[in-house]
Amino acid sequence: MSNWLEVVALDEIPRLGSRVIKTDTMDVAVFRTSDDQVFALRDACPHRGGPLSQGIVHGTSVTCPLHNWKIDLASGEALGPDEGCTNVFATKIENGKVYLALKAGEAAA
Amino acid sequence: MAKEKLILVGNGMAGVRTLEELLKLAPEHYEITVFGAEPHPNYNRIMLSPVLAGEKTIDDIVLNSREWYAENGIELITGDPVVEIDRVKCKVVTESGMSADYDRLLITTGSNPFIIPVPGHDKQGVIGFRDIADVDAMLDAAKNYKNAVVIGGGLLGLEAANGLMKQGMDVTVVHLLDSLMERQLDKPASALLKASLEQRGMKFLMEAQTAELLGDGRVSGVRFADGSEVPADLVVMAVGIRPNMALAQKAGLHCERGIVVDDTMQTYDPKIYALGECVQHRGNCYGLVAPLFEQAKVAANHLAQMGIARYEGSVTSTKLKVTGIDLFSAGEFNEGEGDETLVLQDPSQGVYKKLVIRDNKVKGAVLYGDTLDGTWYFTLLREGTDISAFRSTILFGQHDLGDAGHGDTSAAVMALPDSAEICGCNGVCKGDIVDAITKKGLFTLEDVRAHTKASGSCGSCTGLVESILASTMGEGYDKAPSKKGMCGCTEHSHDDVITAIKKQKLKSMPAVREALGWKTPDGCASCRPALNYYLLANWPAEYEDDAQSRFINERAHGNIQKDGTYSVVPRMFGGLCTANDLRAIADVSDKYKVPEMKVTGGQRIDLFGVKKEDLPAMWKDLSDAGFVSGHAYGKALRTVKTCAGKNWCRFGTQDSTGLGVKLEELTWGSWMPHKFKLAVSGCPRNCAEATIKDFGVVCVDSGYELHVGGNGGIKVRITDLLCRVETEEEVMEYCGAFVQLYREEAHYLERTAPWVERVGLNHVKQKVLEDADNRKALYERFKFSQQFAQIDPWKARAEGEAGHEFKKIEISAA
Repeated sequence: MSNWLEVVALDEIPRLGSRVIKTDTMDVAVFRTSDDQVFALRDACPHRGGPLSQGIVHGTSVTCPLHNWKIDLASGEALGPDEGCTNVFATKIENGKVYLALKAGEAAA
Repeated sequence: MAKEKLILVGNGMAGVRTLEELLKLAPEHYEITVFGAEPHPNYNRIMLSPVLAGEKTIDDIVLNSREWYAENGIELITGDPVVEIDRVKCKVVTESGMSADYDRLLITTGSNPFIIPVPGHDKQGVIGFRDIADVDAMLDAAKNYKNAVVIGGGLLGLEAANGLMKQGMDVTVVHLLDSLMERQLDKPASALLKASLEQRGMKFLMEAQTAELLGDGRVSGVRFADGSEVPADLVVMAVGIRPNMALAQKAGLHCERGIVVDDTMQTYDPKIYALGECVQHRGNCYGLVAPLFEQAKVAANHLAQMGIARYEGSVTSTKLKVTGIDLFSAGEFNEGEGDETLVLQDPSQGVYKKLVIRDNKVKGAVLYGDTLDGTWYFTLLREGTDISAFRSTILFGQHDLGDAGHGDTSAAVMALPDSAEICGCNGVCKGDIVDAITKKGLFTLEDVRAHTKASGSCGSCTGLVESILASTMGEGYDKAPSKKGMCGCTEHSHDDVITAIKKQKLKSMPAVREALGWKTPDGCASCRPALNYYLLANWPAEYEDDAQSRFINERAHGNIQKDGTYSVVPRMFGGLCTANDLRAIADVSDKYKVPEMKVTGGQRIDLFGVKKEDLPAMWKDLSDAGFVSGHAYGKALRTVKTCAGKNWCRFGTQDSTGLGVKLEELTWGSWMPHKFKLAVSGCPRNCAEATIKDFGVVCVDSGYELHVGGNGGIKVRITDLLCRVETEEEVMEYCGAFVQLYREEAHYLERTAPWVERVGLNHVKQKVLEDADNRKALYERFKFSQQFAQIDPWKARAEGEAGHEFKKIEISAA
């Protein structure tokens, strides 16, 4: 696909941490799990827009730093009894580089 | 890997609760099939009484809808009871002839009401009180007939009688003994109950032995052993339940009074588990919901192949679910030899309370008319708490303990309207909580917290929420024990973890999780910061801090605000500053376009609205001007507040500002279980408000008063006086020792005020005051760890450390 953008080297994202990608329209948070999976979400909690990139990552979810909502990194959905969803973007890793697909149509790919 | 097959026989509360617990632990492990004899999905059997009384509908008490089974991939077969278990071929056969194989079988067939085999017991209109069909039969009878007789004056019988009366029937309760609910109540409480029910119109025949049920086809009356008769169109037998073990017996499983199970809830056939009312465990059969939930947790743990949980029996309590009658009982409420009893009786208010005490521990409780403290007494009973310290006031309840604000909860909460806000942090009203409990079938504080957020933030309303749970749930409420797991990732409490870190010399988070059997690989947002702190506090020289386990404030060394910007507070030792300091702060404020500045409650200057990416450059400028971080964002030493002191103040007795500076120089940079504040006041006028600080010093002519455990936060607490000392050196030593004791012993996120209340001031005095060697050792350990802590994080970040944290990656989307 032509929509893949190389955004950052995998090494530059701390394990169980994130980096913020600033695009023309919004901030995207790219997360790295303890086993080197990478996920990308719009950097805004569905609750009150908290910056998810600043939360604590555990397993494949992140806890929002403002009010402790837990968001699933793969689906962007709030976990547990909370309800809400933030945008998800597809990612891939090639040769140690993280690529991001920003077109909405590919988000689910 | 192919999934194993799990069959659940019995679609009641015990079985489905086990599945819920199992799905939390090992959602993918089994292919699950459930067989239920009743045509309904799983419902809350303990709420049948309110349904009968017309206070709830059947729909209200459904716990898991058919959709729930479908969503979790569970096959549900209702209305077709299992009639045979073939243990050799590992399969079950149902009444309709369906058969299904299993790898593991779970039997939760519950119990049957005991029907007294008197002549006529099989007539139409003679029923037990056990399931929805019985409730339907009673409601139906209430529409068409007048007279009801309930045989059995126990808990269930009285609830049935109350319900039938509410449905308009004329109800007589027949009881074999001379007092009601003899298994839960002593005679005085029983008499109060009887009087109150009589006032409502219930009739009683005490010491009456049923001889025969009369009538052709349908029952028409009851004849007693003395020859007397009463008319009856409906007879409800509520004289007890019998574990339903017919199926298990037929399958050759060892049964006594119930299906015999061990501490892992396994029967004599290790592939077959059983729990709930159908089992006998260590000689006991339980007919209440709380023990059954404990059993469910254990069975789920073993079915999930974790194999660590054990069920060791339960102590139970009961509440009568008759609206308007408050009655609670637990444990051994009739005193035996050598027991002492405490009784409070106020007939005009209809209040009776009795506690049975043995060796200064609560052994049993009966409460009538005022049951607010039932859960508290029950906790004391279960945990075997020594009550000698508050024995003289125990009957007046928990709120009479002089607890500074947490205790007085239940009394107030019952009277509150639904619109009353319970949780101020999350804006949750009483009505929301009650709704969540009844509609979603919640049983624990944790569940309520998850579904409503109530008490999930600062936690100061936890007592209120527990009271609401207790009053809404009645006997189903299982108060969380005070010793509980740190979080969902582990069964181990904070104390267990702290001890293990010390004793087993665990020096990394993976080591702790490995040694203590964590359920999650990374932990969660709740346990990771705690572990990081415990390791840091115990191994200051060796442990390497884990930034990703710190809350963002500590990772970015500033307070995150609601719009995602940060605030910056430079440290000003003792609150002192110079004109140059202020100029430097003013310049930084201009340069980074700080939208708002204010002076904090701790006499420092707060710069609000700073963009995260500007932080390192701003810190560089502040570092160049001589400032270090004020740690205003950290679970750390925050500020030392001071007053003017003797240099200027006409009342000042000592150099309080100078001492404040020295204390801040000693303690800054130190990580703590929670935020930590100091103050030094120059005289007893206490302008620095030292008596609401974690450690406060009040200077007096003869020296220094040292105060500990104060809090000006959510729950204001005035300090306890620790001691008086004469020199500044002593102040420093006592302060360092106190701080270190707190750092080593308190739970993460526990401030000094609740910590001092939990461990007791005497404990602190013993360690810091009376044992001089220990005090010096604590002080040395504190100073040792400060070598590694007093490094300004701002300077390090300004020089590029953790730079990725502050840089966004800019791209231009195509």
